[in-house]
Amino acid sequence: MNRKASPRSPLGKDCLWAFFVGGSICLLGEGLRTLYGRAGFVLTDAAALTSVTLVALSAVLTALGWYQKLASRAGAGTLVPITGFANAVVSPAIEYRVEGLVTGVGAKMFVIAGPVIVWGMMASVVWGVVYYFLRPMMGG
Amino acid sequence: MHYFWAFLVGGALCVIGQLLIDLTNLTPARILVLFVVSGVALSALGWYRPLAEFAGAGATVPLLGFGHLLAQGVVAAVERHGLLGALTGGFSAAAGGIAASLVCGVIASLAARSKDQS
Repeated sequence: MNRKASPRSPLGKDCLWAFFVGGSICLLGEGLRTLYGRAGFVLTDAAALTSVTLVALSAVLTALGWYQKLASRAGAGTLVPITGFANAVVSPAIEYRVEGLVTGVGAKMFVIAGPVIVWGMMASVVWGVVYYFLRPMMGG
Repeated sequence: MHYFWAFLVGGALCVIGQLLIDLTNLTPARILVLFVVSGVALSALGWYRPLAEFAGAGATVPLLGFGHLLAQGVVAAVERHGLLGALTGGFSAAAGGIAASLVCGVIASLAARSKDQS
């Protein structure tokens, strides 16, 4: 497994795994988006439905324990897509179920995804305020 | 052809994440935060929309796209509701993904408990 002769290979191998698995998840997303588009949904709804579908798929794979197995190889390939966000929510929800529905599932579910929402939302609010004051200057 | 670009761009964004994992000591939570906040910033600069139009799901499925979604939502809400939109836009745009994750988390925690303990 670990060949000392090629010290560069772990990074290259990690990146290849991340590229192909992450790319495949995005490819699946593009397929879903096209399908929902053909089904008559407008672009934004098709994109939202794609996210919801990928989240649900990730939740099923996480509950079966398969997503974690893939993640141990794919690294960022399974972390960076929205399926990784869903995995970060579902995984602690299952893990902390033994601590109860409120203090376990409810409190621990967003232990990893929570910071993402907090800082993503803060960034969006800052941008919203900036945009509000910038807009008149942009001739909008 | 758009499938090819979705695969290529999506894969490339994941490689950036992988390089951050391997070459820095950033934890997954920090990388996710970095991606979402960067997505907001890139979208605010107007750089992410061209990528999203070009690569489709290759740009929207990675968490940078989640940031882009937040930034777009906030712009649309400010257009419609003024300054109030700065508060409502982000959550409105992200509601689907966050609520879906939440619902899936609750269902999975109820359904998969015994499996996880075994």
